[in-house]
Amino acid sequence: MAGIEVTTLHKRYPDGTVAVEHVDLSIGDGELFVMLGPSGCGKTTTLRAIAGLERQTSGDIRIGDTLVNDLSPGERDIAMVFQFYALYPHLRTRDNLAFPLRAEGLPKAEVEERVAEAARLMRLDPLLDRRPHRLSGGEQQRVALARALVRRPRAFLMDEPLTNLDAELRADMRTEIKHLQGELGTTMVYVTHDQVEAMSLGHRIAILNKGRVEQIGTPLEVYDRPASLFCAAFIGSPPMNLIEVELADGKLRSKSGLALTPPPNLPRDRSLIAGVRPEALEVTEPGAEGSVPGRVVSAEWLGDEIIYVVDHGDQRDVRVRMPLNVRFAADAPVGLRHTGGPPPVYDASTEELVA
Amino acid sequence: MAVSVDEAVSPGPVRDHRPPGRRSTGRGRVVIEVAVLAVLAAVMLFPVLWMIETSIKENRDVYAIPAKFFDFTVTLDHFKDVFVASDGGPTTLSGAFLNSVIVAGVSTVLATVLGVPAAWAYSRFSVKAKKDQLFFILSTRFMPPVVVVIPIFLMYRQVGLFDTKLGLILIYTAFNVPFTIWMMKGFVDEVPAEYEDAAMLDGYTRLQAFWKFTLPLLLPGIAATAVFALIFSWNEFVFAIFLTSSDAVRTAPPAIAGLIGGTTVDWGLVAAASIVFALPVLVFSYLVRKHLVAGVTLGAVRR
Ligand SMILES: Nc1ncnc2c1ncn2[C@@H]1O[C@H](COP(=O)(O)OP(=O)(O)OP(=O)(O)O)[C@@H](O)[C@H]1O
Ligand SMILES: [Mg+2]
Repeated sequence: MAGIEVTTLHKRYPDGTVAVEHVDLSIGDGELFVMLGPSGCGKTTTLRAIAGLERQTSGDIRIGDTLVNDLSPGERDIAMVFQFYALYPHLRTRDNLAFPLRAEGLPKAEVEERVAEAARLMRLDPLLDRRPHRLSGGEQQRVALARALVRRPRAFLMDEPLTNLDAELRADMRTEIKHLQGELGTTMVYVTHDQVEAMSLGHRIAILNKGRVEQIGTPLEVYDRPASLFCAAFIGSPPMNLIEVELADGKLRSKSGLALTPPPNLPRDRSLIAGVRPEALEVTEPGAEGSVPGRVVSAEWLGDEIIYVVDHGDQRDVRVRMPLNVRFAADAPVGLRHTGGPPPVYDASTEELVA
Repeated sequence: MAVSVDEAVSPGPVRDHRPPGRRSTGRGRVVIEVAVLAVLAAVMLFPVLWMIETSIKENRDVYAIPAKFFDFTVTLDHFKDVFVASDGGPTTLSGAFLNSVIVAGVSTVLATVLGVPAAWAYSRFSVKAKKDQLFFILSTRFMPPVVVVIPIFLMYRQVGLFDTKLGLILIYTAFNVPFTIWMMKGFVDEVPAEYEDAAMLDGYTRLQAFWKFTLPLLLPGIAATAVFALIFSWNEFVFAIFLTSSDAVRTAPPAIAGLIGGTTVDWGLVAAASIVFALPVLVFSYLVRKHLVAGVTLGAVRR
C-alpha cells in the first residue's frame, strides 16, 4: 500500500489537445480519493497517467516512495477498473480473476486461494464458471472489481466504474466499494462526474475543471465552502444560489434588499457574489420579519421536500429548499429571508473565494 | 425528420388491418415473385450453366447445331487436358494454376501481415495527420490498374521485376495493403482498447497485449479481409498479362485467356479451365462463410 503524489502534471496529446493543464495531488496512504469534474476536464487522462497508460508531457508521479514516470503500467503495481469492464471475453470468471496472478507467475495453490478469497469478498461463487457475456452489467462490474483486488495492488484506480449500472444497483455498489476499501485499507483513486457519488464515497474530493484542480477538500468542506464559483455551481443539487451583493451598514445586501450575515475580513472595493445554499433560505408569508417581498415562480415536489423557485426582484431567481409542511402556491406573493450563517463570498472578477 | 419517421411507421397498422380474404392475392404475389426471380436466376446463371455443360461435353457435342442441352455424352477429358499434356507431363495451364496459387497466396499473406498491425496502430495511437495519412493510403486505390500498368511496366523492366513472380506479388501486395488497412481499422476500432490497457496493467507489454487479446478478437475480420484480398489477387488480369511474358511466370487468368484466339478454339478446354479456376475461390469463401458474415456484420451488431 502506498500514497500517490502527483506534481505539476501536464498532458498534451499529439493532436494538440491539452487534456491536463496543471494538476497537483497528494493522496494519502489508505485514502479513498475522488476526482470529480464535468466531462472532458481531464479526469481520465490524469488517472491513465497515474496508471502509466498515458505518458505525461511533464510533471512527476510517485507511488509510495518510487518515482514511476518511466515505469510501465505492469511495473507500477496498481489495478484499474474501467467504465467498460474489459473482462476478457473468452475467459470464464474464474480465469478472468486468475489471469493477472498467472501473468505474475504465482504458484497454482496461491492463485486458487486468492481467487477464492476475491470471489467470496465480491460474492461471485455462483458465477465462477460463466463467461462475461452471460453476466449482467452489475455482475460484470463485480467481477471487474474482484479482478482488481486479487492482485493485492498498492493502489486501485477506478474510472467511472458504476456509470453503466442502473440507479439502484449503483447505490448498492457504491456502498460495497466504500466498505471494501475500508476493509482492505488500500489507497483508491476514484473518478466520477456524479457529485452524489463523490460526496458519499470520498474521504477527500478533488474538483477538476479544464485540466486544473479547483479545490481539494473533504466532502463537507467542498459542500460548505466551495473554493470558486465553478465549484459553487457544480456541487449540490440544486446548486448554490449565486447572488450579487454589496456590503452596506454591516450586512451583505442583494439588489432586491435581501440581507445576509457577512463573513469576517471581507475585502473592500470589489464586486462580490455570495453563494447561498437553497437550504439557507426560507420562504415565508409576505411581510414576515426580515424578509424581502417575492413571488413563487414554480415549485418542485421531490417527495420529502419542495424546491421553490422565487423571484425576489433580483436578476436571477433563487432556489429554496423547504420541508413539505410549508406550502405556497405557484405565483403566490411570499417573503424571502436568509436563515443560515455567513455564506461563502466570491470575487466577481477572479471567481475565487475571498471570505 | 419527423415526417419520414411517420411515413416509415404507417404501413405497419395498415398491413395488420388487411382482411383475411385478401390473403390469396398475397399468395399470388409470392407465385409471381418466385417466377420472376426464377427467370432472372436462369438468365444470370445461364453462362455458368453453359460453361459447366461445355466442360463435360464431347467436342463434337460442343459444336453441334442445334445445341444439345441434355442428350450429350458426359466426359471428363477436358479436365484431364487442363492438367495432363498429351505427352503425359504437366501442361502449361497447370503451371499457371500453381503460379496463381503462389502469387495470390503470398501477396495476401503479405498484405495481411503488413496491414493488420498498421490498422491497429492507426486505430490505437494518436498519429500526426492521421486522417491525411489514411486518405493518402486510400488514394493509392483510386486509379484503376489499367491506368498505372504502363509506368509500372517500364519501371519493372528497369529494375528487373518484369516477368517475375516477385513482381506480381509486390504489385498485388501494394494494392491489397491499403484495402486491408481500411477494412481492419474498422474492425480494430470495434475492439475496446481497454482489453489492452487491462492486459498492460497485468504486466504485459503493449505488443503482447495486442497479440494475446486483440488479435484473437480480430480473427473474423482478418478472415473476411484476407478472402477479399485473395479474390482480388486471384482474379487480377491486367497486371498479370502486362507484367508477365513467359509460361513459367504467367498466372491462370492470362493463361486461360491465351487459350482463345488461335485458329481453332478448344471450347471444352476453356470451359474446364475456367471451372477449375473459379472453384478454389468458391470453396474457400464457403469454408470461411461464417467468418465472412461475422466479419462483415461485426460493426452492425456490437453494442
Ligand atoms: N487520445 C486522445 N487524443 C486527443 N485528445 C484526447 C485523447 N483522450 C482525451 N482527449 C481529450 O482530452 C480532454 C480530457 O479528456 P478526458 O478523457 O481526460 O476527460 P474526462 O474528464 O475523463 O471526461 P469524461 O467525464 O467525459 O470521461 C478532452 O477534451 C478529450 O477530448
Ligand atoms: Mg473519462
